[in-house]
Amino acid sequence: MEAYLNIIWFFIVGALFTGYAMLDGFDLGVGVLHLFVHKDEHRRLLLNAIGPVWDGNEVWLVVGGGALLGAFPEVYATVFSGFYIPFILLLFTLIFRAVAIEFRSKESWGWWRQTWDIAFSLGSILSAFILGVAMGNVVQGVPLDENWELSNRSFNLLNPYALLMGVTTVLLFALHGAIYILMKTEGELQAIVRGWIPYLIGLFLTAYVIFNVVTLVHVPYVWHTAVARPWVFFVAIVGMFAVLNIPRELHKGREFIAFFFSCAGMGLMMATFGLTYYPYMLLSTPIPENSLTIYNAASTQKTLGILLLIAGIGVPLVLAYTISIYYIFRGKTKTLHY
Amino acid sequence: MTVEALARAQFAFTIMFHYIYPPLSIGLGMTLVIMEGLWLKTGNVLYHNMARFWTRVFALTFSIGVATGIVMEFEFGTNWATYSRFVGDIFGSVLASEGLFAFFLESGFLALLLFGWDKVGPRLHFFSTCMVALGSHFSALWIVVANSWMQTPAGFHLEKIVDGKHVILPADHLVTSDDLGSMRAVVDDFWAMVLNPSTVDRLCHTLMGAWMAGAFLVVSISAYYVLRKQHTQFAQASLKVGLGFATVACILQMICADSTARGVVVNQPIKLAAMEGVFNTQPYAPMNLVGWVDMKNQTEHTLAVPGVLSFLCYHDFAAPVSGLNQLPPDAYIQARHPEAITPDQVATLRKTYWPYVPLVFQAYHLMIAVGSALFGLVFVGCFFWWKGWLFNTDWWVSRWLLIAMVFSVLGPQICNEAGWMTAEAGRQPWIVYNLLRTSDAMSRVVTAEEIVFSLILFAFVYILLFAVFIYLLTRKIQHGPDPTEQNDMTQSWKDIIHHDAPRT
Repeated sequence: MEAYLNIIWFFIVGALFTGYAMLDGFDLGVGVLHLFVHKDEHRRLLLNAIGPVWDGNEVWLVVGGGALLGAFPEVYATVFSGFYIPFILLLFTLIFRAVAIEFRSKESWGWWRQTWDIAFSLGSILSAFILGVAMGNVVQGVPLDENWELSNRSFNLLNPYALLMGVTTVLLFALHGAIYILMKTEGELQAIVRGWIPYLIGLFLTAYVIFNVVTLVHVPYVWHTAVARPWVFFVAIVGMFAVLNIPRELHKGREFIAFFFSCAGMGLMMATFGLTYYPYMLLSTPIPENSLTIYNAASTQKTLGILLLIAGIGVPLVLAYTISIYYIFRGKTKTLHY
Repeated sequence: MTVEALARAQFAFTIMFHYIYPPLSIGLGMTLVIMEGLWLKTGNVLYHNMARFWTRVFALTFSIGVATGIVMEFEFGTNWATYSRFVGDIFGSVLASEGLFAFFLESGFLALLLFGWDKVGPRLHFFSTCMVALGSHFSALWIVVANSWMQTPAGFHLEKIVDGKHVILPADHLVTSDDLGSMRAVVDDFWAMVLNPSTVDRLCHTLMGAWMAGAFLVVSISAYYVLRKQHTQFAQASLKVGLGFATVACILQMICADSTARGVVVNQPIKLAAMEGVFNTQPYAPMNLVGWVDMKNQTEHTLAVPGVLSFLCYHDFAAPVSGLNQLPPDAYIQARHPEAITPDQVATLRKTYWPYVPLVFQAYHLMIAVGSALFGLVFVGCFFWWKGWLFNTDWWVSRWLLIAMVFSVLGPQICNEAGWMTAEAGRQPWIVYNLLRTSDAMSRVVTAEEIVFSLILFAFVYILLFAVFIYLLTRKIQHGPDPTEQNDMTQSWKDIIHHDAPRT
């Protein structure tokens, strides 16, 4: 059959959410670190560093959601209605964070700035955390009924495994954001953030290793699939090396290449997950027969084909001007205003 | 309250709040193109200052539009999961197009529009402005396509899952409650779906509403400066651009509105009957100007002009306009309810296919009244402009006209919200016309408590957002345009001024 379209769309949806993680990941990460920087001038520089791009980065979430609705409407409907409260809270934190970015610079009173700084940072931390918790539940599987609905409302989405994934995500984004700051700033602020890098890498790797060990023990299908698909280990290990290479590049003062490796590390982590999870879109536990897969959750072949055509025209255009715009704004951030 | 009522209240609240902003972005995007185009053409530095000032206002409306827009997309899944399963195959390509062709274009080039004044040359900057405006128009295009498909579905067939297999349902299949949850609409013909019978009319109607929203914002703030005798030169030039653009938008809107309404006559006669409160089919049907509908006695207490509705619908005063008591026709009801035999039973069932008439009637008439007032305002405004009286703030007549202009910013907002209410409330009880009832489209697993919780959160954060918006807008207005920012300009920008200086 033409099931290759389902596979392509599994890949594209994954790529869109990975793109979202790489891009909004760094500006959420900047938010995670925001309160650890104390000088007002430095905080303003942090916001200026993400100022021209954070809006556009969030568009990746919108487009990822749109692609999911188009290609796999059943997954979209099940996940969004099933994870109702977390997703509403995610919207809340994302909006709150956006408000804080807009509001902060408008008055110079100390309490005013401190309030919005806290709002910005908390909004960023919670957004990253909720994204991680949602992801953790997807990895672990949720109790779907035979209509593919998460009708068991007493199921606790804040289970320990999902919380662990949430914390890991916050640390991952914090590290990613720190590298972005190194790339975009200079002088005193850069020196402060540079000092954090070993701790951030240490914290993230610790959380990541714990997370992987727990996954292998606690989520049985992962081990079984990984044994059946040994190249998954290969991708995972390359991903690890990408992250381990970051300190080396930073040490040599090549922040851009370090940022590239941070993105690559994220991409390979997502790839490890995707290769293990395939062909599931949302695993059902304890009854795997109720799972949503790339086949039973997909739109028709015709729609997947139309979507592919749209993506084929749109994605190269988007990439071309997104890269051009990042290129125009390359270099170190100065105080910006419009 | 029921889950349905709560879910509908939440959607209405979040969409009405969201819908304040995208029209402003679309309309202001167009004015930015005009202003920056004039600056490049004439080299008059006043236009440069205008473009920069209005860009700051644009940025504000755009970011709130993005933040509240994400909510809308999420709500399809969170609150209307059954609907998402039903329309996913259709909506998918539309929403993906919106994201790829509209949102990325807008947000990407917005960075250049806002922060690129000293990074790129004038022509590339103008190109960015055009791309942002184009992106905002594209976003209207795709979302109106999606909404129009809900009003006049086309280019699809229905499928149902039976024993894990998708079975195509015949074209004359009547949807029953057994089909729900396992039924979906599937694309047959992409272009027939995109260009469904109401898309073009409704797109033009929506875009003109958006142009008016942007134009009257410019008119309002400029008139305020003129009255206050602040930034006079800037304000007068801005007011002229705003008023000119508003006039064009108003005239085009008359044409689009007429065309949209005549589309409703053909495609959704029940909605039309509800809009005008027509209970019995009648020739020489009157157009109501103002009044109210009495549902119990099936009559309306209104100030009306005889024959005009017939004329507007069919360009013939004698043409009969179908009334609610004949809609939907008996055959339609009997086909769906074989148990209904007596005329009384049919008449009772018929009412379940009506929207809530008083709401549709009032929303529609509010839109018409305010829209006409705006049209009158630009007409008088242009006359005063032509006579040279517009900026004569010493004369009380001109002063009152300017005061009216300051408040005119509310007009398009009221029209846009009321128009949306007419379109959506008028489509009830259907979420997808004649296919899926709103009451059947909700998420089946979401509880009332969860929706109440989210409604409270949204109410809180939207009040905060609205406070931010008003506060920042006020600040930007008080701050006003920066005087000639020549010192900040790069050489390529300065060249334009020097080259064209004698003309300014």
